[in-house]
Amino acid sequence: MKRDIILAGVGGQGILSIAAVIGIAAVDSGLNLKQAEVHGMSQRGGAVQSHLRISDAPIASDLIPEGSCDMILSVEPMEALRYLPFLAPDGWVVTSSKTFENIEDYPAEDALFEEIRKVENHLIIDASAISRELGSQKASNMVMLGAAMDKLGLEQERLEGALNTLFGRKGEDVVQLNKEALMAGRNGIGI
Amino acid sequence: MKEFVLLGDEAIGQGALDAGISGVYAYPGTPSTEITEYIQKSKEAKERKVHAQWSANEKTAMEAGLGMSYAGKRAMVCMKHVGLNVAADAFINAGMTGVNGGLVVVVADDPSMHSSQNEQDSRFYGKFAMIPVLEPATQQEAYEMTRYGFDLSEKFALPVMLRITTRLAHSRSAVERSELREENQMKLPADLKQFILLPAPARKKYKLLLATQEKLEMESITSGLNHIEAGEDYSKGIIACGLSYNYYREVAVEAGLKYPVLKISQYPVPASLLNDFVKQVEHVVVLEEGAPILEESLTGTLESKYRIGGRLDGLIPRDGELDPLVVKRALEIATETAREIPEIVKNRPPALCKGCGHIDMYNALGDALEAYGPGRVFSDIGCYTLGALPPYNAINSCVDMGASVTMAKGASDAGLHPAVAVIGDSTFTHSGMTGLLDAVVEQTPVTVIISDNSTTGMTGGQESHATNRLLDICRGLGVEEEHLRQMNPLKKHHEENMKMVADELAYEGVSVIIAQRECIQTASRRVRSK
Repeated sequence: MKRDIILAGVGGQGILSIAAVIGIAAVDSGLNLKQAEVHGMSQRGGAVQSHLRISDAPIASDLIPEGSCDMILSVEPMEALRYLPFLAPDGWVVTSSKTFENIEDYPAEDALFEEIRKVENHLIIDASAISRELGSQKASNMVMLGAAMDKLGLEQERLEGALNTLFGRKGEDVVQLNKEALMAGRNGIGI
Repeated sequence: MKEFVLLGDEAIGQGALDAGISGVYAYPGTPSTEITEYIQKSKEAKERKVHAQWSANEKTAMEAGLGMSYAGKRAMVCMKHVGLNVAADAFINAGMTGVNGGLVVVVADDPSMHSSQNEQDSRFYGKFAMIPVLEPATQQEAYEMTRYGFDLSEKFALPVMLRITTRLAHSRSAVERSELREENQMKLPADLKQFILLPAPARKKYKLLLATQEKLEMESITSGLNHIEAGEDYSKGIIACGLSYNYYREVAVEAGLKYPVLKISQYPVPASLLNDFVKQVEHVVVLEEGAPILEESLTGTLESKYRIGGRLDGLIPRDGELDPLVVKRALEIATETAREIPEIVKNRPPALCKGCGHIDMYNALGDALEAYGPGRVFSDIGCYTLGALPPYNAINSCVDMGASVTMAKGASDAGLHPAVAVIGDSTFTHSGMTGLLDAVVEQTPVTVIISDNSTTGMTGGQESHATNRLLDICRGLGVEEEHLRQMNPLKKHHEENMKMVADELAYEGVSVIIAQRECIQTASRRVRSK
């Protein structure tokens, strides 16, 4: 079992909480983990990514080699495309459709979706609408994790357990909301 | 023992706690910040009363660490690579004095300059100071080498450098802890003159340091941290320093390579070890993160009968960090054509946050400067450096901590009036105060704007020594009361703020304008935590 995942987004969108849930679930499942993050300067509204590697064999490199990533999981559609050189030929792009437009020359939404659809294995999810229905925009990260869930190779209980570990401190309501978001994302239909 | 998932930085923090440190001294700097933050947040560190407060800068941190060592206790000092330039005087001379309690200096380099002005390789400094340097490849090694670093430091009575780079600092993996060791009791140095570097004793100390080098080289073999892993295919041999070992392993497994490897994690490296390895193989490939330091020591300047490839002969790019792809190319492994980034993907550079006080400060400054034309703003290191980017295009320099004030002074001396310095509050107390004193002493016409967000923002909002002290500091340095101004950088005050700047630009002496408004990130964190 081995999964190389690139998490993508914009600084402040909270991709590290997705990484944390996968990380906790992976370690609880007895898997090896390496997860490289971006801290510092590029945090502020810039492009951020995290290389997350889980495997039942030892993992050498903290970085995923080009052309071998199993999944790009992105909370922003343009950011999903930025890391395409890392994607394996049969790799998946799973992304939220919600754009984050903080630059002047941000491309047209339709053109972005067209590029994403050129990747054979793609899933574009309206995480924003799904999380709005659940009553909290904050849950859209976990909606995206839910959308990617079946491709992670991790058991649902492990991921839910990780939500308990990560959000337990904030109360049962928050844990429950995130669990619902996870399932809503899993049942989400691509656009 | 239980496993923890830790960043490389955090593994070092935990390693130091378990090695029995009594204090950590540091100034925040990416990618080193999380080491000290980890210790600050650690419950056991609090219970043990391990010193973990930030220092004013890397030099004060290094000196305080040396002081704790003088008193017999173990201390760790942490900084980013350019911070070592600031601490260099104390660092190099600590190699001369030696230590009493164990002293480990962690330096985090930033090849590819993810968050830095340059990609200098701190191993040069280790060599310069002639002290041992350790270079871990994994989070577990970072943990273990921190502890070993203290053993080594106390064994040879020398400071030890632990050198890491961004990828290890900011990557997580499982780490297994070992037994906790007691802190040292306070104990003065056996020789109370050990730390006096007057010329006569310094000459003796230097001879001693030179004589120790051979022992340090021996230790680099007996420790087991440098070792040869046999291979099956001797057409190539890989010398892998620190983190680069991981990339070779990654590529070797994928491509089925069976080359012998000399793994280097401890310096100085004895010539005998290099000789033994190099003569076994046809072609040596040197992998090192940073500068070609080991490679240069192998090739030197003279022609050699050995074939040695690396960053010097172009086998590996001379700049930038390594990754599996770079290593693959260096080993001549065919790579499939990867997908390309579609053209519609645009750069998304970091930007000042919406509502940031620096923006209102720059708007006031920009409008006030319009009458004089461009090219007059010297800036510094911090979030406000992002004023260099559109739409602000507000600054003309960013060189090193504190350089805004002194470069403005020099330009003013050359006749550039007005000359403006823009510096953050934490950067000001790090290295701006002394430069301001230079300007005050000569009454040099400069306008210094301290953009005070009351935090160390760029590195994630650490406490700033400047908070609530700036007025008193400036008064104490001799800034005239009528030219020590305060502005509230908000859009609604734009007109008055602009006029304030314009008035001070016209003054032919030292003006300081403190533009104070709390960082919106720090403020929102403070509200959330209530």
